[in-house]
Amino acid sequence: MSDPHLRARLVVERPRFRLDVEFAAEAGQVIALLGPNGAGKTTALRALAGLTPLSAGDITLNGLALHTLPVERRPIGMVFQDYLLFPHLSALDNVAFGPRCHGASKQEARRTAAAWLERVGLAEQAASRPGRLSGGQAQRVALARALAAEPDLLLLDEPLAALDAHTRLEIRSRLRRHLGEFGGATVLVTHDPLDAMVLADHLVVVENGAVVQEGGPAEVARRPRTDYVARLVGLNLYRGEADEHHVTVGDVVFSVTERLRGPVFIAFPPSAVALFRSRPDGTPRNLWQATIEGIERHGDNVRVHLAGPLAAAADITPAAVADLDLTAGQAIWAAVKATETHAYPA
Amino acid sequence: MTSMKEFLVLKRLTRWAVAAPVALALVTGLSACGSGDSGAAATAAPSSSAPAAPTSLTVFAAASLTETFTELGKTFEAANPGVKVTFNFGSSATLAQQITQGAPADVFAAASPATMKTVTDASLAGAPTTFVRNKLEIAVPADNPAKVDDLKDLTDPKVKVALCAEQVPCGAAATKALDAAGLKVTPVTLEQDVKATLTKVELGEVDAALVYKTDVLSAGGKVTGIDFPEADKAINDYPIAALSKAPAPDLAKKFVDLVLSQQGKDVLVKAGFEAA
Amino acid sequence: MLFALALIGMAFLVLPLAGLLIRAPWSTLPQRLGQPQVLEALRLSLVTATVATAACLVLGVPLAWLLARVPFPGRRLVRALVTIPLVLPPVVGGVALLLVLGRRGLVGQWLDTTFGFSLPFTTAGVVVAEAFVAMPFLVISVEGALRAADLRYEEAAATLGASRWTVFRRVTMPLIAPGIVAGAVLCWARALGEFGATITFAGNFPGRTQTMPLAVYLALETEPDAAIVLSLLLLVVSVAILAALRDRWVTTA
Repeated sequence: MSDPHLRARLVVERPRFRLDVEFAAEAGQVIALLGPNGAGKTTALRALAGLTPLSAGDITLNGLALHTLPVERRPIGMVFQDYLLFPHLSALDNVAFGPRCHGASKQEARRTAAAWLERVGLAEQAASRPGRLSGGQAQRVALARALAAEPDLLLLDEPLAALDAHTRLEIRSRLRRHLGEFGGATVLVTHDPLDAMVLADHLVVVENGAVVQEGGPAEVARRPRTDYVARLVGLNLYRGEADEHHVTVGDVVFSVTERLRGPVFIAFPPSAVALFRSRPDGTPRNLWQATIEGIERHGDNVRVHLAGPLAAAADITPAAVADLDLTAGQAIWAAVKATETHAYPA
Repeated sequence: MTSMKEFLVLKRLTRWAVAAPVALALVTGLSACGSGDSGAAATAAPSSSAPAAPTSLTVFAAASLTETFTELGKTFEAANPGVKVTFNFGSSATLAQQITQGAPADVFAAASPATMKTVTDASLAGAPTTFVRNKLEIAVPADNPAKVDDLKDLTDPKVKVALCAEQVPCGAAATKALDAAGLKVTPVTLEQDVKATLTKVELGEVDAALVYKTDVLSAGGKVTGIDFPEADKAINDYPIAALSKAPAPDLAKKFVDLVLSQQGKDVLVKAGFEAA
Repeated sequence: MLFALALIGMAFLVLPLAGLLIRAPWSTLPQRLGQPQVLEALRLSLVTATVATAACLVLGVPLAWLLARVPFPGRRLVRALVTIPLVLPPVVGGVALLLVLGRRGLVGQWLDTTFGFSLPFTTAGVVVAEAFVAMPFLVISVEGALRAADLRYEEAAATLGASRWTVFRRVTMPLIAPGIVAGAVLCWARALGEFGATITFAGNFPGRTQTMPLAVYLALETEPDAAIVLSLLLLVVSVAILAALRDRWVTTA
C-alpha cells in the first residue's frame, strides 16, 4: 500500500483568517500540529472531525472520503482540551457511550468500557461522576472514551494543557504508551514543543494558518525554519547568504563547517555564545558587538538577551556574569564557535 | 363565516376581555371627542351659583346595558355641558360587590333585583326603581343548523345548548323558564355571562342558547331569536338607583330621571327591552 | 434601600394571600370543602394541568430546541410568534382557538365532519386551552437553558458516533434537565390557574370542563365566601405539589 492511512488538505475560510494546510500520516503514526495560539491548529482538528465545515480540500482515511461524511459517521475518536466528559454519566457510561452509539447492547458496551477503564488504570473509578475525578483521571477517561469506539483516527486537542506540571509528566508517558498501542493514525494539536517531541513521530508546524515546517522531531529541533520554531527549540536562528564556508548575516560573517551556497539558515544554541567586555583578539569572524537588553535567570545559568545587529540569546554562568559585571544597556562583544553553528539551505 | 364577522366577534370579546380599563378608555375617549363643541359651550355657560359643581358622573351598569346606556350617556352629556359620564359595564354581581367594597359610583343599574338587593341591604342605595324588563329568547345561529323551533327542541341530546350559569341573572331566568315549561335540558356549557353565551351561538359552537332578547338584537344578523311562551314566567326586572354615597348626588338623580323618562324608554325599547 | 424595596416587593406578593386567609370563613370551611363539586373541580384542574404540561413537554421541548439550535430564515419571527399567548388576553386566545378548532373553525370543521369530534366543551378542550396559554413558559425556559448549555458536549457526543436524536436524548436533555423542570413547573402553574381561554374555548360544565378557577369565578358571583374557600384550596394544593416537586428535584440533583 503506497497510499498513506490519512491524507488531508484542509481549507477553512473565515472573514479575517484562512487555514490552508496539508499533511499525511501512516497507520500507527502520531503527528503533532504544533503552533502558537491562533495559528489554526484546533480549527484543523475540528475540520478533521467534521465539527467545522471545510471551505475546500478533502480528507481520505483508509480509502474513505471522510469529508463527505457527517461527524457521527466518521470513524474517529476525539479527546477535547477540557475533556468534555458528560457530567451526568458515570465514567463507565461515558466510555460506553461510543460503543452504544455504534450499535452495541448496553451490556456489551459496558463490558467494553470496563475493559478500557482497566487499560487506563481506572477500574475503581468506573462508577464515579466526572465531577469527582482528578484532572489526570478525567484525561484518561476521555482517552478511553475516544478509543472505546475503535476509531481509525484519533484526534487529541491539547491533551495535556489542562493538567498541572506534576500530573503532566505522568500522563505524558502514559499517553505515549497508549498511542504506541493504537493502530490507527493520531493527530494531536499542541503548543508545547515538549509534548510534541515526546508524543509525536512527525511534527507539522502551523503558523498563521499555513504549514511552515514539517519533519521528524529531531530534524525540526535541529533545523528550525522560523523564529517561532527556533524559540520553541531554544536556538538562535538567522537567515543569511552562504559562500562556501562563510555565511553573511547583515554585517556579521560566520565561519561554518558546512559547505553551502545561496540563501541559508544558520542556527546555534545560546550556550554557544561567549561574551567579552573588550574585543577579543584573533579572527574577526563569528564576532559582533551588541547591547545587553536584559538579564534573567534560566535554569542553572543566566540568559542574556542581546540587541544590536543580531538579536540573540546567550547563556552564561552566574560566575561569568559577576566577572564581566554585566548590566542592562551595556555594550559588549559576543562570539560563537564555528563548530557549534549549524547552517542549512533556506 | 366571513372574516368580517370573525373580526366583529373578536373585537367584542377583546373589549370584554381587557375589561374595564379599555372600556373606560373607550368611553372617555368617545366623550372627549364628543366634548369638542360642548366644552366650548361649558366655558361660555354661566357658572356663578355652584362654584365647585361636580363635572363627572360614574355609572355602574349591567353588561346588557352597554349599548343603550352609552347612547343615553351621550344624551346626558349634551344636556349637561361640561359633565363627563363614565361607565363601568360588567356582570351585575361583580358591580354590586365593587360598590359594597367602596367603589366611588353614583348610579347603579342592575340586571336583577337580587344583585341590587346586596347594595340596598348594605344601605348604599335608596329604594330602586324598575326601569325595564328583559325577556329570554332562544338564540340560534342564523342558519339554525339544528332546526330549533321551540323550547322543547332544546331537550334533544343531539342539540348542543349553552345556558348562563345559575349564579348569573340570565342563568337563573333560564332555569325558571325551563322549570315553568317542565323541561329538562342538559347544556354543554354554563357560561359566565350572557355575552359569552351569545358568542358561542355567534361562532356556531352551540346550536341554541337562552339569552335576552336585547342580546339577540345586538348581535345583528348573526343570531336569530325565537320567542317562546314560557319566557313570560321568567321576566327579568332591571332596577336602577342613585347611590347614597354618590360623589355627585344631583347628577346621579338627573341621570336616573333621564333613564326613567320617555326619551330613555324609547332608547331602551328600541334595543329590545320591554317597558316596565 | 435594596432591602426596603425587596420587602415591599415581598409584601406586595404576600399580602393578598393574607387577605384570603383573614377573610376565609373558617367555621364553614370543612363543610364547604366536602362538597362533591369542589373536589370534582379540583381533580379536573389537577388532571388537565398535568396532561397539558405533558403535552407541552412533548411539543415544546423540540420546539425550543429548533429555536435554539437550528438556524433558519424567519427564526426571530417564529420566536416572537411563539410568545404570542403570553401577551394575548387569554379570552382572545380562547376565541382564536374557537376560530381554528371550534366546530366551525378552520381545522375543527374538518375534525367534526371527518371524525364527528369537536373539541369545545370537552375535557380535551380544557387541556388544549391550558396548553395553548402555558406552552410559551416552557418553550422560553427550555430555550434559555439550551442557549446557556455548552454546545461542545453535543459535539463530543457526535464525534462518538451519536446521531442528532441520540445527542438530544442522551446528552442535551439530561444537561438541560433543570431548565426543563423549571419550565414544566411554570407551565403547570400557569395551566392550573388558567381561566379566560378555558372558559371561552371549553365552556363551563361541572365535572367536564369546570376547573377550579372557573368554579371560583362563578362562586364569586353569588357566594364570595365560597370563592375564598376554593381559592385557598387551589393555592394550598398547588403550593404543596410544587414544594414536594422542588424537594425531590433538589435532593436528587
